[in-house]
Amino acid sequence: MSETLLQAEGINRFYTVRTGLFGKSATVRALSTTSFNLQAGKTLAVVGESGCGKSTLARVISMIEPPGQGSFTLDGTTIKADEPAASEIRSSVQLVFQDPYGSLNPRQKISQILCEPLLINKPEITAAQREEQAREMLQLVGLRTEHYDRYPHMFSGGQRQRIAIARALMLRPKLLVLDEPVSALDLSIQSQILNLLVELQDKLNLTYLFISHDLSVVKHMADEILVMYLGRVVESGSTEEIFTNPQHPYTQALLSATPVADPTLEKNRIQLEGELPSPLSPPSGCAFNPRCWLAQDQCKKESPELELQGTHSVSCHFPQRC
Amino acid sequence: MALLEVNNLTVEFKTSQGPFRAVDSIDVAVGANDVLAIVGESGSGKSVSMLAVMGLLPWTATVTADSMMFNGVDLAGLDSKQRRDIVGKDMSMIFQEPMSSLNPCFTVGFQLREALKAHLPLSRRERKHRAVELLEMVGIPEPTKRLGAFPHQLSGGMNQRVMIAMAIACKPKLLIADEPTTALDVTIQAQILELLLELNQQHDMALVLITHDMGVVAETAQRVSVQYAGQKVEEQSVEALFATPRHPYTHALLAALPERATGKMLPSIPGVVPGQFDRPSGCLFSPRCEFATELCVKEVPIANSDDPTSVRCHYPLGKSASVA
Repeated sequence: MSETLLQAEGINRFYTVRTGLFGKSATVRALSTTSFNLQAGKTLAVVGESGCGKSTLARVISMIEPPGQGSFTLDGTTIKADEPAASEIRSSVQLVFQDPYGSLNPRQKISQILCEPLLINKPEITAAQREEQAREMLQLVGLRTEHYDRYPHMFSGGQRQRIAIARALMLRPKLLVLDEPVSALDLSIQSQILNLLVELQDKLNLTYLFISHDLSVVKHMADEILVMYLGRVVESGSTEEIFTNPQHPYTQALLSATPVADPTLEKNRIQLEGELPSPLSPPSGCAFNPRCWLAQDQCKKESPELELQGTHSVSCHFPQRC
Repeated sequence: MALLEVNNLTVEFKTSQGPFRAVDSIDVAVGANDVLAIVGESGSGKSVSMLAVMGLLPWTATVTADSMMFNGVDLAGLDSKQRRDIVGKDMSMIFQEPMSSLNPCFTVGFQLREALKAHLPLSRRERKHRAVELLEMVGIPEPTKRLGAFPHQLSGGMNQRVMIAMAIACKPKLLIADEPTTALDVTIQAQILELLLELNQQHDMALVLITHDMGVVAETAQRVSVQYAGQKVEEQSVEALFATPRHPYTHALLAALPERATGKMLPSIPGVVPGQFDRPSGCLFSPRCEFATELCVKEVPIANSDDPTSVRCHYPLGKSASVA
C-alpha cells in the first residue's frame, strides 16, 4: 500500500457574483463539499462537462485559491480555508495547462521559461546550476539541448506541451495537476505526450491529478476516477469499476455519449435531454434530476449524499446496480 | 451522378515566402444522400478543400481543378453573383466555433431571417413563421421567445443549433459541417450528431463531416476520406477503413487511439506533419512511416483516380499482408 499524498476533506469553493448593475449578488457554487484521497504515484482523473467544477478543483488543489471551507492535506501539510499556504508547499504542486500556444510567453526564450521557477523559488542556486538543470530537463521531456535558446514560436504544439511539462517539473513537484493536457493536440501528437506522461510518472514517481473530458484518454491514463456534475462529485471509484459498472445515471449517460472508434459496435445510446443548468440557480434536490430519466419525487426534494460502498461511491437515490 | 464531384482540386496560397500548397490534387465525390467524413490532423487541408468548394477562400488563394461539378453546375465557371445564389441555398456550411460564427450584434432571429430573405421569395410573416419552424426542427425549446435572443444569451450547444438552423433554412442539398462538435461537451455532441444524421435521412441532404475525432467518424459516416498534409491518402467505407486501413498513416493513426491500446505505452507516430518549408521529396508521409523504403523517399506515390479504393502509397497494407 503506497502512502496517501493528497487527502481532501470537504473542500468547497463558492464565488459571489453581481447580476447586472444594481442586481442582487448571487452565489455560484463552483465546487461543493468534495472529499477524496490520492495515493502517491497514482493518477486520479476528474471528468465532467464544462462548468462542472473541474478547473475550480484544480485551482484549489494547486493553491491558486484557498478552499472556501474544509481543508486538504498534501504530503503531510494541511492547508485550511483561512490560512495562506507556505511557499515551500506550493512548489510541490505544479500545473500544466490545456493550450500550449497560450501558456508560454512568446517573448521568453525556453531558457528563461525553464529557469524562472528556480530563480524565484530557489535563489541560492547559481546561474550555471540553473542552466544545467534546465538542459537536463529538456532531455528528460524528449527535446534536444540545442532547443535551449529558442523561442516558443519555433516549436510545434506537441513540442510546446513538452516545454510546458518541463517547466512544471523544474521544481521537482510531487503532484502534477494536468488540466486537459492533450485536448488541444492532434491525435498522432496526443499519443506522444501521453507516453511521455506515463514515462515521467514511472521515472520520477509523480502523482497526477488528470483533468479531462475525453473518456478514452482517461480510461488509458487513470487509476481512479472522479465524475463531477455541477460542482458535485456524483460518482468515484477505480477506473475499471467506473467503466464496467457505472451506477450513477449521469456516468452512464456520459459513457454512452462518448463516441467509440468502432463502426461495427452496436449503439445503445442514452440521449440526455437539455443542458447543464446554471450554477447560479441549481435545481432543488439532486442536481441531475431535470435531465435524469429515472428521476422521481424524492430526487426533486432531497439532495443525495455520496455513499461509499467499498472503493466505489455514488451520490444517487436510485443507483443502478447490476 | 454524384451531387458534388470535384477532380484534381489544388489550392495554393500566396505567402511572402512563396506559394504554399495547402491542398494537393484531391478528388471528392459526394452522392445525393451520402455521409462523407474527411479526417486528418490540423494542416491536412481538410477545411481549405471544402472552403474552396464553397468559394469562401480569400484572394490570396489560387484554386485550380479539372472539374468542380455541383448538382450539374460547374462551380469553377461561376461569377460571384451566380455563386451566391448557390452558396447558402443548395450548399451550406456550419463551422466549428458557434460563438464566433454568429454576429453578436444581432438577434438570432434576425440572422436566421436574413438567410431566408436572401434566397427565398417569402413575405415578412412567412419568414418569421419559417424561422420558428426551423428552430423547432433543431430542437430549441420555446422557439418564438428565442428568436429575440442574442448569441451571448444562449449556450454553445444552442448556438450550434442556431447555426444548423441557418444552414438548413433553404433546404440545402449538401451540408458541409466543419468540426461541428469540437467545441461542445460530449452529451451535447451526441445530440448535435444525432440531429445532423436525422436531417440527412429525413430531408435527403448529403452531409460532409470534417473532423479529427475517429470516434465521431465511426459513429456517423458511411464513407471516410483520410487526408495528410494536403493530400488524400485513401478513401474507404467506414467499416473497411476501421477493419483494414490500407495506408500506413491511417494504420498508425488508428493504432494511436488510446481505446485501442493494449499496454501502458501507446504506439505513436514519430515527428510532426510537414509544414511549408520541410516538405519531403517523394511520399509526404515517408519520414514518419515505419514501412518507408528508398522508393518512398524518391518517388511520389500516385493514387489511381479511376479506382476509388486506390491508396496513395507504394506499398499499401492489406494486400501485401495476404501475400506474406
